[in-house]
Amino acid sequence: MTQYSDLEFLKLSKWQKAGYKCARFFTGIPTALLNLLKRIWGGIKGAGLAVKNEAADIWSTFVNGDWKTKLSFLVMGFGNLARGQILRGLLFLLFEVVFIGYMVLAGGYWLSMLPSLGKVGPTETYDEVLDIYTTTYNDNSFKILLYGVLTMFFIIAFIYTWRQNVKQNKLAEKILASGKPLKSGKDDLKSLVDDQFHKTLLALPMTGILVFTVLPIVFMILVAFTNYDGTHNGYSNNLFTWVGLDNFNTMLNWNVKSGGGTQSYAATFGEVLTWTLIWAFFATFTNYFLGMFVAMAINKKGIKFKKVWRTVLVLTIAIPQFISLLYVSKMFAKNGILNGFLMSMGWIQQALPFWDDPTWARITVILINVWIGIPYLMLVATGILMNIPADLYESARIDGANPWQQYTKITLPYMLFVTGPYLLTSFTGNMNNFNVIYLLTGGAPTNPAASGAAGAVGYTDLLITWLFKITTGAESQYYLASVVGILVFVVVALISLIVYNLLPSIKNEEDFQ
Amino acid sequence: MSENRLLDRSSDAPVKRHMGLKASRTLANTSIYVLLVVISVVWLIPFICIVLQSFRVESTWQESYVIPKQWGLDNYRALFKTDFPRWYTNTFIAALFTAILQTIIVLCMSYTLSRFRFKMRKGLMRFMLILSMFPGMLTMIILYRVLSDLGLTQANALPGLILVYVASSGMGYYVSKGFFDTIPKSLDEAARVDGATRFQVLKKIILPLSKPIVIYTVLTAFMGPWGDFVFARYVSFGTSSGMNVAVGLYNWLNKDQIAKSYTMFCAGGVLVAIPVTVLFMCLQKYYVEGVTGGAVKG
Repeated sequence: MTQYSDLEFLKLSKWQKAGYKCARFFTGIPTALLNLLKRIWGGIKGAGLAVKNEAADIWSTFVNGDWKTKLSFLVMGFGNLARGQILRGLLFLLFEVVFIGYMVLAGGYWLSMLPSLGKVGPTETYDEVLDIYTTTYNDNSFKILLYGVLTMFFIIAFIYTWRQNVKQNKLAEKILASGKPLKSGKDDLKSLVDDQFHKTLLALPMTGILVFTVLPIVFMILVAFTNYDGTHNGYSNNLFTWVGLDNFNTMLNWNVKSGGGTQSYAATFGEVLTWTLIWAFFATFTNYFLGMFVAMAINKKGIKFKKVWRTVLVLTIAIPQFISLLYVSKMFAKNGILNGFLMSMGWIQQALPFWDDPTWARITVILINVWIGIPYLMLVATGILMNIPADLYESARIDGANPWQQYTKITLPYMLFVTGPYLLTSFTGNMNNFNVIYLLTGGAPTNPAASGAAGAVGYTDLLITWLFKITTGAESQYYLASVVGILVFVVVALISLIVYNLLPSIKNEEDFQ
Repeated sequence: MSENRLLDRSSDAPVKRHMGLKASRTLANTSIYVLLVVISVVWLIPFICIVLQSFRVESTWQESYVIPKQWGLDNYRALFKTDFPRWYTNTFIAALFTAILQTIIVLCMSYTLSRFRFKMRKGLMRFMLILSMFPGMLTMIILYRVLSDLGLTQANALPGLILVYVASSGMGYYVSKGFFDTIPKSLDEAARVDGATRFQVLKKIILPLSKPIVIYTVLTAFMGPWGDFVFARYVSFGTSSGMNVAVGLYNWLNKDQIAKSYTMFCAGGVLVAIPVTVLFMCLQKYYVEGVTGGAVKG
C-alpha cells in the first residue's frame, strides 16, 4: 500500500487517518511475523555459535590446564579441593556423587522407560487357595513421565554444574598465575549475603516456580502427545502411551466427529474461541470506559462525599468473589429475586430467560462483569487521572475546549498511553477469567450440537472453563485438555506479540511527553 | 457610543457568563449525584439482599421476595451443626500461612529483580512472562496427582493447598517490583559506599521504607484463599473435612441441596464476608496505592 509522509498524513481527513492507520496495522502483520521468524532464526544461530564457543573453551581448558584441572573433568571439584577451596570442592563432589547415585538407582530406569511409558499394565492373577483375584500393579505411566521429565531436568542441571566446575578451574589457574589468593569458603559464605545476595534471595522462589509451575507445564505439554485419560490412567486400569500428533488432529480437523455432539471438535473449538475473544473484548473495554467514567464523575470538582461513593464501590472488591458471584447468579435465576420483583411490579408476565437463552446469557454475563470490574478500574483510573497535570485542562479551557473535547484530546490519550500494557494483560486475563463464568453460569445454557465433545459445552463457556470441564468430566480426557491449554497459550502469545510489536505507544515510551 | 458599548460588554458579559456556567455546573453536578446514587444502590443491592435473606426463618428455599416475613437467627444456628466451622478454620489457617509465606517469597523475588543487575535477569523475567501465558488450570491435574501421592489431599488437603498457593507466588512480582523501582537507588549506593553489605541494605534501609507494599502483599495474599474455588475443590475432592468455605458453600447451591440450604448459604456468605471486608476496609489505602501503582507499571 502507499505510504504517506508525516505531512501528507496530517492532510487526511479524520476517517482517512483512521482507515490509514488500520490498513497500516494489518499490512504490518506479515512484516512483524517475518521479523519474528528472523529473530527466532537469529536466536537459533546464536545458540549454535554459543555451543561451539563453549566446546572450544572447554577443550582449551583441558589442553592448557594442569593435572588438577584435567582430573577435575572426571572428578568434579577436585581442582577446588587441591587448591584449598574446600567448601566449593566438597559441594561439587557431593553433587556429582548424588547425581551418579540417583542415575544408577532410579534415573536410568525412568529414562529407559520414557520412550514406551511402561510396558506391563496391571495383571490379575487367580489365587486358588483363597478363591479371589488379586491385581498386581506393574508399570506406572504417570510416574514414568513425571520422573522422566524430572530426570531430564536433573541431567541439564548436572551439565550446567559440570561446566561451572570446568570454568572454576580455568579461573583459579589464572588467579594463581597472577599471584593473588583464591577465595576461601568463608568468603564464599559472606558473599551470599553481599555480592551474591540475589542468588540467596532467588533460591526459594525459583525452586517453587520450577517444581510447581515449570515441571507441571512441561509434563502437561507432553501429555498432549499421549492418550492419557480416565480409561488410560497409566496405573490402575490401562497404561497410556505416545500417540504423536493424533490429539491435535482430533481437535483441529473438521472431519473428525466428536463423541456425543453432532459437530466436530474443530467446530466446537472455533465457537468457543470466538466467544472467548468477544467476551474478552467486551469485558475489557466496557469495564475500562465505564470505570474511567465513574472515576471522573467521582473526582469531578464540587462533588461531595467522594470517600463514600468510593467505599461503596470498593466493597465489591473486598467481598470474596465466590459469594457475590454465586449470589448474583441466583438473583438472575428464573425463580430469583430479580424476576420475582419485575413480575410483582407487573412489568413482565413471564420470567426473563437470563440464563436460559444463549444471547441473554452472554449479555447478562458481560453486564454482571461490569458490576465486578468497575470498582477496580475506578481505583486504577483515579490514580492515573490525578497524575494528569491540571494546567493542561486549564489551558484547554482558555482555548475554549468543551468537556467532550477535553476528554478526547487530553484525558483519553493520556489514559490509553499509560494503561496500554495494562489493557493487554487485562484482555488476556479476561480470556482466562474462570471465576466469573464458572460461578455465574457454569457455561450454561448447553449447546446441544457441541455437547458430548468432552463434557457439556455451553454457550457461555470460555476455553478455560471448557478445559476444566474436560478434565473433570466423566471421561477425563486429559490429553484433550492439554491440547486446549496449548492452543490457549498460542492464542494469548500471538495476541501479546502482535500488540507489543505494533502498538506505537508501547514501543516509544517518550511519545506522549 | 462605541466606547460605551465596549465598556458595557466588559462590565456585563463576564457576570452573565459566570451565571450560565454556574447554572450548567449545578445541573451537571445534580445529574452526577443522581447517577452516583443509582450506582451505589445497584452496587449495594446484592449485599443488602444477602444479609436480609440470611435472617429469614419461614423458608430455606430461594424465594422470589427479599424481606423476611419472620426474622431470626435460625440459619446461623444451623450453620454450626454442619461442617461450616471446619471449613472456616481451614480457610482461615490457609489464608494466614499463605499471607506470611507468600509475602516473603514475593518480596524476595521483586526486590531482587528491581535492585540487582545480574546476567540472567532479563531472561528470567521474559521466561516468567511466557510461563504466565499458560493457563494455570492445566497444572492442576498433575499437582493433584502429586499431592495425592504425598497423601496431601481430601482430609489432609490443607498443607497441600498452602504449598500450592505459596510455591508459584514468585511469579506475581510485578506490583511490588514497581514499588521498589520507585525507591531511589542512591540510597543503596550511599550505604554500600559506607560498607554495608547487600543484606544490611535490605534490612536497614529498604524494609523500613516498604511498609505500604508489605501491607499490600499481605492483604492480597490473605484474601486469595478465601475466594479460591477451583484448586480447593480439586484437592478436597468431595471430602467435607478438607474443604474450604468456597467449595463447601458452592455445594450448598447444587440442584439437590439448594432447597434446604439456600438461606444457610446466605448466612455463611455473610460470616465469610465480614472479617475479610473489615480487614480490607481498614487497609484500603494500601490496596489502592498498590493497584494504581501496579496498573501504571503494567
